[in-house]
Amino acid sequence: MAKRIDVSGLTAYYGSHKAIEDISMTVEPRSVTAFIGPSGCGKSTFLRTLNRMHEVTSGGRVEGKVLLDDEDLYGQGIDPVSVRREVGMVFQRPNPFPTMSIFDNVAAGLRLNGSYKKSELSEVVEKSLKGANLWNEVKDRLNKPGSGLSGGQQQRLCIARAIAVEPKVLLMDEPCSALDPISTLAIEDLIGELKERFTIVIVTHNMQQAARVSDRTAFFNLAAVGQPGKLIEIDETERIFSNPSVQATEDYISGRFG
Amino acid sequence: MSTAITEKRPSTLRGASLPKWSPYAIAAGSVALGLGISAAAGLDSSIQWVLIAGLLFVLGTYAIAARVEGRRQAKDRVATALVWVAFLLAVVPLVSLVWSTVSRGVKVLDIYFLTHSMGLVADSEPGGGIYHAIIGSLEQVGLATLIAAPIGVLTAIYLVEYGRGKLAKAVTFFVDVMTGIPSIVAGLFILSIMLMFDMQPFGFAGSLALAILMMPVVVRSTEEMLKLVPNELREASLALGIPKWRTILKVVIPTSLGGITTGIMLAIARIAGETAPVLLLVWGNSLINSNPFEGAQQSLPLYIYQQYANSAGSGAAYDRAWAASLTLIAFVMILNLVARGIARWKAPKTGR
Ligand SMILES: Nc1ncnc2c1ncn2[C@@H]1O[C@H](COP(=O)(O)OP(=O)(O)OP(=O)(O)O)[C@@H](O)[C@H]1O
Ligand SMILES: [Mg+2]
Repeated sequence: MAKRIDVSGLTAYYGSHKAIEDISMTVEPRSVTAFIGPSGCGKSTFLRTLNRMHEVTSGGRVEGKVLLDDEDLYGQGIDPVSVRREVGMVFQRPNPFPTMSIFDNVAAGLRLNGSYKKSELSEVVEKSLKGANLWNEVKDRLNKPGSGLSGGQQQRLCIARAIAVEPKVLLMDEPCSALDPISTLAIEDLIGELKERFTIVIVTHNMQQAARVSDRTAFFNLAAVGQPGKLIEIDETERIFSNPSVQATEDYISGRFG
Repeated sequence: MSTAITEKRPSTLRGASLPKWSPYAIAAGSVALGLGISAAAGLDSSIQWVLIAGLLFVLGTYAIAARVEGRRQAKDRVATALVWVAFLLAVVPLVSLVWSTVSRGVKVLDIYFLTHSMGLVADSEPGGGIYHAIIGSLEQVGLATLIAAPIGVLTAIYLVEYGRGKLAKAVTFFVDVMTGIPSIVAGLFILSIMLMFDMQPFGFAGSLALAILMMPVVVRSTEEMLKLVPNELREASLALGIPKWRTILKVVIPTSLGGITTGIMLAIARIAGETAPVLLLVWGNSLINSNPFEGAQQSLPLYIYQQYANSAGSGAAYDRAWAASLTLIAFVMILNLVARGIARWKAPKTGR
C-alpha cells in the first residue's frame, strides 16, 4: 500500500548549520516525484528527513512536520525504526552488506527485523529480485557474495533489498549516478514498474531522467553558498520542463544557471 | 621508412642503464670490502663490518648509478638500497633470536619435557619439564582473556557506536592511560588489594593483572577495526528498519570480525610473555597446581626467569629455560597464525 507524504514547515540542521529551511510539499501516492537542484541545495538532506535518517548524522536535527497518511513522523512516541520500515531508502552508492551472500542481502531486512516465516523467505527473495530486474542474472549464484556483482547489479541488489521489506514509500538518492546508460535504463524501467505499488521519491542531477521517470518534479535552490536550501516550486513534471512558473527553475533547467 | 628514422635518432625515453645484476654485484663488493677493511683495521666485532658494508653499499650504489644513469636514477636507486639495508638490519636480529632459541631449545624439548613438572627435580639437576608452567600459563592467560576481551570489545563498541560527549572522552583518556601502565604497576595494584584481604598468591590474581594490561590493547585495536566499517553499511541497515543494536550485532561486527579477533589474539600474545605481575602475584611453583583460584602456580615466562635465577649456573637449568622459551615463542607464533587464518576466513568476500 502506497502512502501519501505531507510535509509542512520543515527545517533541518547539521549542528548549528541550517541546511534546508521551511519546506512544505505533498508527495502523491503511487507516483514518482523527482527532486532536482544544484549541488549542496539540500536534496539529500530533505530526502533523509522523510524516513528519519537525518538524525543518524551526528548533530542532525529537524523542525516541522512530516505526515505519512496523517501520522506525524516526528510526533511524540514515534519509533524511528518503525518509520524506516515503512519508508525505505536506496543510496547513491551501492552498499550491499559485504559479509552476506546475494540471498542474505535481500533477506537481511526481514531476517534482522525478525518478522518473517522461514518458508516464505526464499519466495520473498525471488519476488524482490524479480522486482528489481536482477533475478535472471543472479539466480544461479544466490550464495555468492553480493559484492562480487557489477556496480549496476549491486545497485539493483540494493533496490531488491529495500523492496523486500515491502515499504510504503521508497526514497532514492541519485540511484543511477554511478551507472552506465544500460543499467540506468533498467533502473528507470524498474521505477516505472515500482510506482504501481510504492510512492517513489527520486533525487537526480539528470534532467532527462527526471523528465522521463517522474510525474511531479520539485526544484530546490539556495540563495548563496552557506545559506539554507529552499523549495522553489513543485509541479507536474511536464509543466516544470515546459512552462515553469519561476524564472530560476527555467534558468536551471535550460542550463543558464549561475 | 619510419623505423629507419627512429633508429637514427637517439631515443629521449631510453637512457643508459645498469644491468639487472648490478645491485647484487655492488652488494657483494661492499661486503667483501667491509670484511677487508675491518680485518685490516683489526676490528673484531661482526656488527662493525656489517655497518661498514651497509654504508659502502648505499654510497657505492649512488656513485655508480650517478656515473652511468644520471642523478635522478641514482637517487631512486639509493632509496631502494636504503630500504633494503634497513630491512636487513631489522631482520638479522630477529632471525638470530629465533635461531638461537630454536637451536638451544630443541636440546631438551620432547614429550617428556612437555608432560612433566619440576616436582621431583632440583633446579640444578637435569630432567623435569614444564607441564605445570604450561597449565599455569594457559589458565592465567585464558582467564585474563575471558575478562579482558568482552570488556574491551564492548568498550570499543560503546566508544565507536554510541560514545558522544564527556563520558566517551573520559573513557578514551583512561584507555590511553591504561595503555601506558607498566606491567609491574598493574601487579602491584592487585597485590595491594590482596594484602588488604590478607590473601596468599594464586593464579587468578595474576589473571586480573594481565587483564588490566590486555584491556586497553583490545579496546584500541577493536576501535580501529570498527572505525574501518563504512558508515554506508550502518545507514543501509538502519534504513531497512533494523534497530541499532541488531545493526551493530549483525552488520558492523561481522564485517570487522576478522580484525577484531586478530587484535585479541595479538593482545593475548602480548600478555603471554609477561613475567613481572606473575612473579608478584602467582609466585611460581615447581609442582602441578591446576586450580587457578588457590595456591601458587607456575607460568612459562616465570619458569624461564626462575630457571636462570635459581639454578646457580647449572647447564641443565639453562637448557630447560631455552626449551621453555621455544615453547612460549611457538605458542605466540601459533596464536598469530590462528589470527591470520581467522582474518582471512572472516574477511568480507569479494570474489564471484
Ligand atoms: N554530514 C554533514 N554534516 C554537516 N553538513 C552537511 C552534512 N551533509 C551535508 N551537509 C551540508 O548540508 C547542505 C546540503 O547538503 P546535501 O547533501 O543535502 O546537498 P545535495 O543537494 O544532496 O547535494 P548533491 O546534489 O551534491 O548531492 C550542504 O551545505 C552541505 O554542506
Ligand atoms: Mg546529495
